[in-house]
Amino acid sequence: MDVTEFEVWWKIPFRHSAGIHATRFFEGLKEKKILGVKCEKCGRVLVPPRAFCERCHAETGEWVEVKDEGIVETMTVTYMKFTGLPDPPYAVGVVKLDGADTGMLCFLGGVDLSDWRRVHEAFKPGTRVKAVWREEREGKITDIEYFKPLD
Amino acid sequence: MRVAVVGFGQTPFRTKRKDKTHPELAFEAINVALEHAGLDMKDIEAVAYGSMDPFDGIYCPERWDATACGLEKPVMKISTGGTTGMTTALAAYEHVASGLFDVAMAVCVQRVGECVDAQPVLNTAVDPIYERHSGLGAIHVAAFQATAYMAKYGATEEDLAWVSVKDHKNALKNPCAHIRMDISVEDVLNSRVVCSPLKLLECCPRSDGAAAVIFASEDVAKKVRDNPAWVVGETTISDSYYLGDRPDFADWDSLAIAGRRLFRTAGVENPVKDIDVAELYSPFTIQEILELEALGFAEKGKGKDFAKEGITFPDGEMPTNPSGGVLCTNPIGATGLVRFGEAALQVMGEAENQVDGVEVALSHAWGGTLQFHTLALLSSRKKLR
Repeated sequence: MDVTEFEVWWKIPFRHSAGIHATRFFEGLKEKKILGVKCEKCGRVLVPPRAFCERCHAETGEWVEVKDEGIVETMTVTYMKFTGLPDPPYAVGVVKLDGADTGMLCFLGGVDLSDWRRVHEAFKPGTRVKAVWREEREGKITDIEYFKPLD
Repeated sequence: MRVAVVGFGQTPFRTKRKDKTHPELAFEAINVALEHAGLDMKDIEAVAYGSMDPFDGIYCPERWDATACGLEKPVMKISTGGTTGMTTALAAYEHVASGLFDVAMAVCVQRVGECVDAQPVLNTAVDPIYERHSGLGAIHVAAFQATAYMAKYGATEEDLAWVSVKDHKNALKNPCAHIRMDISVEDVLNSRVVCSPLKLLECCPRSDGAAAVIFASEDVAKKVRDNPAWVVGETTISDSYYLGDRPDFADWDSLAIAGRRLFRTAGVENPVKDIDVAELYSPFTIQEILELEALGFAEKGKGKDFAKEGITFPDGEMPTNPSGGVLCTNPIGATGLVRFGEAALQVMGEAENQVDGVEVALSHAWGGTLQFHTLALLSSRKKLR
């Protein structure tokens, strides 16, 4: 017997507040500045910035500008199409920027993504990378198009 | 208060269980568990229920499924990402451990097969302000771990493939497992790359199904069965919400902390000697390796050799995922409860792929883009020491 199936959609718009810290971070991106905040208790510079340090349960304090260069902690290239996610191939990595104590999730680019082994060689953990900024910046995380190998 | 598992039930897991609705799957698993325990629905005093709503497209599935759990009973809903099944087990356990109830049941239902694709749902679990734009799901974060681990410890693609070969061979012996096929290292290496370096046969399927576990106080447990699985330790832990805040993708530090906490409270001195089998939440090959190391079953950098050298096979020194594991069956919100139930069956000596002489079994789940871990130890002895 063919069992009846119903198609159901969840397509519900929301508007998430970014809060004051992320808003200031996004404003900085327009000026090609990457801002973090310092936890006065543990001294870590958190990038992207947030209102409290979850390790210390303490409000963060001083704003710090970090460099738009850093090192790759890890990465992956996606070759399968997932519903609603970017079209493959796309490379994503965690980059620790100079002056920051946390990694930032970002796209990696500037190299041919067709052979994953070569991409892993280009961005192996420890590789220095630099941000490639969009010409037209609108104060969004995607104002940084991707990070490319520094050399 | 000593508490034991006295019954476990699971449905066969498949891509789609079109033959049954949500509560009908719950009904099926619950009845298997009740029969296993030799109890009736009227004996169940309270229910902990777990599911992750958006995978099934049903808000409050506990409403629908409560109809299969016996009306008028206290019902508590639990939802903690991939750890849902294990935390639901712990919620039911704590109902009894508190002394408030003598018999409580954990029930989990999940129908990932009814969702067009699990990754967009998983993407909504990622920070919406800073991280979600990057197209991240669960496979991506496991790939992050694989890239970092391979660079730090020199693991090869073949090392990882052996984990998949082992799990698939185990799943062949488990009629409830979803993916049941005999595969070789070459099959794994030749399967398509999903998120580099992870290939299709290193990634779990999306599964439909349900599971139920029944807990009883010491007096009841002794009456209903002669081989109960005693809960001798349990803990959970949370790491940062932000993916970039993980200390090191090559080592699972939060799990190591949780493991030490569990072993200290349960009286485990040497995990390899004291624990006979582990059911770990490893939907991706690399994760079993990291988990073995974090839990002290393998030294750092040595977990990569365990499957290849046969150590994690059922007849090896540290049998891991004899059920076929999460790699072969993943009804996400029910998966942790299946780990817990399979660990209990091993202790009872009743598992389909039974390891010889199990007295102590470890059950684990992780969830929330590497954020949460839940652990439990089950034993045929009421106390380890």
